[in-house]
Order: sequence, then C-alpha cells, then structure tokens
Amino acid sequence: MVPAPNYLILAAILFCMGMFGVLVRRNALVVFMCIELMLNAANLTFLAFARMRGDLHGHVSAFFIIAVAAAEAAIGLAIVIAVFRSRGTVDIGDIRTLKH
Amino acid sequence: MTAQEVLFWVFAVSTVGSAGGVIAARSPINSAMSLVATFFFLAGIYVLLWAHTIAVLQVLVYAGAIMVLFLFVIMLLSLTEAGLKGPRLSLSRIVGGAAAAGLLAVLVASIRQLPGDQPMAMMGPAQASTFGSLHELGKLLYGTYLLPFEAVSLLLLVAIVGAVVVAKPKI
Repeated sequence: MVPAPNYLILAAILFCMGMFGVLVRRNALVVFMCIELMLNAANLTFLAFARMRGDLHGHVSAFFIIAVAAAEAAIGLAIVIAVFRSRGTVDIGDIRTLKH
Repeated sequence: MTAQEVLFWVFAVSTVGSAGGVIAARSPINSAMSLVATFFFLAGIYVLLWAHTIAVLQVLVYAGAIMVLFLFVIMLLSLTEAGLKGPRLSLSRIVGGAAAAGLLAVLVASIRQLPGDQPMAMMGPAQASTFGSLHELGKLLYGTYLLPFEAVSLLLLVAIVGAVVVAKPKI
C-alpha cells in the first residue's frame, strides 16, 4: 500500500513544475499547458484525500475541476487566437499594451 | 515491494519526467505531446487511487478533447520555432525557479507535518467494490451536487458562446 503523503508530494511537485513553467515560458500556449498541469495537480490532491478518507466527495470536486478546465481551455485558446490575429505573435513578452 | 508500489513509482517518475518535457520542449507541439503523456500517466495514478471514473474522464476529456483543441490552435497559428532567446540563465528563470522551489519546500514541509503515517481508509468488500464507480459518483452528482452540476453545464454553454464570439474576426 502506497502511503498517502507520496501522492500529495507528487501533486506538490507537479504543481510547482506547472508554476515554474508559467513563470518562465514566454509562449502563451505553453503557459496554458502549464496551467493545465497545475489543475491536474489539484485533481490529484483531491483524489488522494478522497481515497484517504474513503468518501467520494473529492471525486466530485475533481469532476468539476475537469469541467472548468475544459471551459478555461476553450476561452483561453480563443483569446490566444484573437491576440495572434491582431498582434501576429503569442509571445507574452511582446503583448504589453496595458503596460504603461 | 508490492505491485501497487512498483506501479506507483513507475507512473510517478514518468509523470514528473513528461511534465518536465512540457516545460523544457522548444516547440509547442513537443510540449503538447509531453502533456498528453503526462495525462495518461496521471490517469494511471488515479486508478491506483481507486478513482476509475475520474481516470476515464481524464483520458476522454483532457487527453482527448482539450489536447485536440490545443493541437488545432498550434496548427492554426503555424508558429515558427522561436528558440531560446537571450541567455540560458536569465533573471526571470532564476526568480521563477526560486519561487517554485520555495513553494515546493513549504508544501513538502506541511505535508510532512500530517499526523503520523496516514493510512488509506480501510473499506469492507462491499464498499471497496463500489468506491469510485460511475454509479456512486452519479448518485452524488445528481443528489447532493445537483445545483453545482447544473451550474457547470451553464458554464460550459457560456464558454462555448464566449469562445465563438472572441475568436470571430468580425462581429
């Protein structure tokens, strides 16, 4: 039997890798992928605690996270396409209209 | 080592490795492929946690639908390989690495403070055979969580309309 902290630490590692990617990568698409990594880390934490406590409410939370992630990906990618149309780039270092 | 432990370590190492591939890959296509691999390995971990239904959803929704969306957008934008601009060890990378490492240290320290070795819940054979099944999950979703469930369907509808409106060239 694998102890529960192993799953939690794996989720923590995954979340921090996603955060590192969001902070470091300049391509908006890769930043989105790293956000998906972080959402998955949250899912893993929910499922680990659900297994630990033996109740299914954590599974419902994971289900909702997956649905919200789908909505977020649809909207986010639409925004990326709109930005690419008007700017010709998806490099988040080059998109600085709001920065004054 | 039991079979479960072997599987856990195999899946855990592969998950972290392919997640590293997402961050390190130069072209977005390679990042997307690494992300698909990450989702599959994570689905394996979910099965180890007796979350069969969520594992299936993970493969169907994440590795299927969301990644197809990503690949479509990557191909639509026809991005050239930007490569790594500037020095390998720029200030933002050092700061980002320090922030991620600091957060990881805090998280691991707090996980270590969980009381004792947390055993997994012991379940009788009746509960164990239904834990994480679609039947049990559905009873919760359509009972206790009916209102949030309907709200999610509304959210998805709004997301569809919003995506069409935002991505349209001329409204």
